[in-house]
Order: sequence, then structure tokens, then C-alpha cells
Amino acid sequence: MLVMALRMLVGDRAKYLGIVVALAFTSFVMIQQPATFLGILRHTYGFITDIGIGDVWVMDPKAKHLDDVKPMMDSELQRVRGIQGVDWAMPLYKGGIRARLDSGDFVQCQMIGIDETTLIGGPGRMVLGRLADLRQADGIIVDTASAASRLAVAQGTGTRPMTIGDSIELNDHRAQVVGTAISSSNFQSMPTVYTTYARVKTFLSSERKLLSFVLVGVKDGTDPQAVADAIRRSTGLAAYTTEGFIDRSLKHFLGNTGMILNFAMSAGMGFLIGAFIAGQTFYNFTNDNLRHFGVMKAMGAGSAMLVRMILVQALYLGLAGFGLGAGAGAAMGFNLARVDPHLVFRMPWQLIAVGGAAALSVVVVAALLAIRKVVRLEPAQVFKA
Amino acid sequence: MSGPILRCQGLTKTYGKGETAVPALRGVDFQADAGEVVMLVGPSGCGKTTLLSVLAGVLDGDGGAVQVLGHDLFALSGAEKTRLRRHGIGFVFQSFNLVPTLSVMENVAVPLLIQGEKRSRALDMARAALDPVGLADKAKMLPGQLSGGQQQRVAIARAIVHAPPLIVCDEPTSALDHRTGEQVVGLLRDLARQRNCCLLVVTHDSRIFPFADRIAEMDDGRVVAIRQNTGN
Repeated sequence: MLVMALRMLVGDRAKYLGIVVALAFTSFVMIQQPATFLGILRHTYGFITDIGIGDVWVMDPKAKHLDDVKPMMDSELQRVRGIQGVDWAMPLYKGGIRARLDSGDFVQCQMIGIDETTLIGGPGRMVLGRLADLRQADGIIVDTASAASRLAVAQGTGTRPMTIGDSIELNDHRAQVVGTAISSSNFQSMPTVYTTYARVKTFLSSERKLLSFVLVGVKDGTDPQAVADAIRRSTGLAAYTTEGFIDRSLKHFLGNTGMILNFAMSAGMGFLIGAFIAGQTFYNFTNDNLRHFGVMKAMGAGSAMLVRMILVQALYLGLAGFGLGAGAGAAMGFNLARVDPHLVFRMPWQLIAVGGAAALSVVVVAALLAIRKVVRLEPAQVFKA
Repeated sequence: MSGPILRCQGLTKTYGKGETAVPALRGVDFQADAGEVVMLVGPSGCGKTTLLSVLAGVLDGDGGAVQVLGHDLFALSGAEKTRLRRHGIGFVFQSFNLVPTLSVMENVAVPLLIQGEKRSRALDMARAALDPVGLADKAKMLPGQLSGGQQQRVAIARAIVHAPPLIVCDEPTSALDHRTGEQVVGLLRDLARQRNCCLLVVTHDSRIFPFADRIAEMDDGRVVAIRQNTGN
């Protein structure tokens, strides 16, 4: 009978397609909007995860999140190195700088200054050149996405991606590209320029304090949280484990922007509209078939069998609608992100699970409402013309 | 099965309660045997369909005694009545009640699938059941592609496919023209006799009365006369 239930469902093509399309729309909005939101959220901590090394981040106590840099004196680096449990501590600069391109255009960039000896804090994935090439005179590494877009070099009537050997001016100082690397987009979508911490002092010679963060590796077997606590107690600086810093940056962003509300409203509205259309259509479909369910009841089908039939129809619709919607959402998101790397899209399994559960809940609720009527249906009604 | 297929004594049924109560059956005494074609006739509102519904186990009576296929209906639970209908009774309705999105063959297979028969075997048996009603070549068509008479013949195939000892029909000819109606009832009678099953037909269509072995006339909730059709 369960196969018959599906045949009954797909046989009514107009209603079947109507429900599937409505559910697909619901699922699409519920996947696409949060996935974009999660992608944007990644901007808030992508720099931390890109570095991929270091257990504790140390910063000025007034710094609230990753982009809220309050420079410290270089002497703080030595103080941190002296704390028990610290294996190594490296300086990290993170700040804005204005770049002048060959074309004469100015582009605001994010500059990252890393330790020249260890190169800790550099981009994880090089595309052109080697990270060690940063030690060359005036060397910088630019992010691949920006090299092909905002930092693209004019050539003839068009442009070409910036590459090794090209040069730009950073604060009136010449800088030469020695490599390109993949790095997460920052929140302002500014090009990212890596150089050494020592060279930052050249580019920003007027700045007295340049130390944005101290990146700390703890000794084997030492609890990073304990080391962070020790740094905080001994130096008066703020110190967070990597996870703690990600969490802090995320929370600050979520708590201080209306973006989560806006995305939630978009996803919520899409869900409600799609859910209403899909639920109503499925409910109507079952209502239209009420007479046939009544006939089956008269012929000896128990309520449990009819409930199973309706649930199978609902689950089939839920899966088909969600598959289409989520698939379309993912295809659109990932394709757009491929075309423009600044567009971000994250679709973790948790999002798929929640979206799937929501889509199924729509049809299950509609099915339960319909099931009530079917269970209460008197088989004697089939003898009424 | 020997003896009466169904028997009721002093059967009563009232719709509603108190001042709005409407007595539909006021003590019906009635019996039908295997291989017999019995028609319940009478004016509108006399209780024909109510009696059919109680005898078919889809409506509970209030008082009296009802025995169907050897079971005391008043003593059966809801699930037991469902089981009795599933295995013992075939249904033919006034408006065919075929599922429009299922093929003719699938519609006929429904009672077998409800019994738990495997789909492939149920479809084979359904195809076989379409042969005696002359629709074997229409097995894969949808009901909407058939005429009214053909749809009612599909409904007959559905009623006999699981070989029930009792077939109940509610106004089986009211949606059909005279000639088609006669053909359909003639077919029903022949199939019922071949299978030695009891055919209980509610009708107000006097043109099909000649197909009955007995005609039970109802009025005001009672069987007021039973006529034997000798020329049948």
C-alpha cells in the first residue's frame, strides 16, 4: 500500500509539483541565507584559522575582537616570553595601509606583519612563490583573490592578475610581490598584504607602537587556558586561547551588529511562506483524497495503514523538496563563490541537518493535521453520494 | 459457506440524541443466503443505506442482533470488524470511488494490498479479475479514460478480486444509463452466482429488480415486505 500511496501522490502531478516546488523554495531560503551568514561570520575569525598555529593570542586588554586592534609596545613581547609554560611567542602586526598601484589608483589594504625568522603567522596556502621569499628585500605576498581583482595590473585595455615581480607603493615605500597566497576574506573585503614584522616598521615609520598581537605556542603537555590565565595575571594584557579568541570575535560581531537578525528574518520569512504553501497544499491533497481513504477504510484498511501511507507521502515530499531546494541553494552559493571569492558560502552538515529537519517538520505537521481527519473518518461516509 | 451469510433481528439504529434523534432503523428482521441476490428497495430516507452500512460493518447498530458471515457484529471490536470487512466483504459504490491517479489494475488490486498481498501478485490477480468484466485490455488505463459503465465494471472487479462471500452495492446503477445499468447488474449477478457469494444491492432503480432473487421492501426503518422473484 505504501507504493500505492506514492503512486497516488505523484499521479496528481499539479499538486505534487506544487508541494515539491514550495518545499524546495523553503529549503532553498533556509539553506542559502544561513550558509551566506555563516560564510560572512567566517570573515570575523578567518584570519585566526588561516594561521593555523599558536595556542594563545595576547593583546591589549581593551581590544574586543580580531579587528579591534590596540597596538602595544614591542617590550610586551619579551614579557610574554618570560611567562611559565610559554614555548615561543612571536609578534604579529595587523592593520590598514594605503597602497598605490601602478595605475595611480589607491587601494586600502590590510597588512599583516609576521616574524621574519620563523615566519609564524604567514598564510597557510601559497599559490605562487614561497613563504620564505618574504625575506627578500621589499618583499610582500598578496592574497590571490585580490591579486586578480582589486590589485589587478592594467595591461593594454584590460587587466591581468598581480604576480611575482610586480610592485606597488605602500605608504610611499616600494614593495615587491614575491608570492601570492590563499587567505580568508576579511570583513571589509580589503586585499591582504603579508610582509615581515620588521618591514612593517619601514612602511609605517611614523607609528610608535606596532605590536597588534603576540602569538604564543605553549609547551607540550601544558594547558593553553592555564598559560593564557598566567599571561593575563602577570602582564595585565588580555590573553585568550585560539578557540576563545574566535569565540570572543564571533560573539562581539553577533552582539553588536543587526546582521543575525536580518538573516534570521529573511530565512524565517522564506520558511514561513514556503511552509504555509507546502503545508496547505499537502493538507488539501490529503483532504481531496479523504474519500479514497474512506473507501480503503471501508474495504478493511486500518487507521495505522492509512497513517503510514500519509506519512510516507509526507516524507517523500519532504526529501524531494529539501533535496531540490538545498541542492539548488548549494549550487548557487558555491558557484557564485567560485566566480567571486569575496562571496562566501559555508554549508556545514549541521546546517543541512537543521534545514532538512525543518523541511520535514513542515510536511509532518501538515500530515498530522490530515491524519487527524483520516483517523476520525467514518467509513460509512463512503455510502453517501 | 452454508446457512445465512447475514441475518439481523430487531435491528435498530437512531441518529442523534434527545429531541433531535432520528430513528433510521426501527427493528429490522432480515436474512440473506450464499449465492443469493437480494435487493433492498424503498423510498428515500426509509433506511436502506443505513441497513446496508450496518450489515457491511461500517456503521454500528444500536440494538437487536446482527450476524454477518457467522460473526455477531455487536460482539466484535473495531479492529475485528475491520478484519471482517477486509477478508469477507466486497464493495460497489454509487459513484465508483476509484482512485483517479491509479491505473485500472492498481485500483482493482487495492483490496488485496490491504490484505497484505505482495504488490506483484496483487497486480497479477487484479489483471485476472478484469478478464470476467471484459476490461483486461484496459488494465493500464486510468479510470478517467473509461466510460461510466466501464468504471463501474472496474469497481465490480475490485469487489470480487479477493473472493469475498458477501458483496454490498449501494445504488450501483444510479450513475449509469438504463442499458449500461442492466449490463452492470447482470454481470454482478452472474459473477456472484459463479462464486456462490451473496449480493446485497440497495437500489431505487426498478428496472434492475428483475435481476434479484428476492426484493426486500423497506419503509420507515422497517422491512415491510419480502418478494420472491420467481422468473429469475
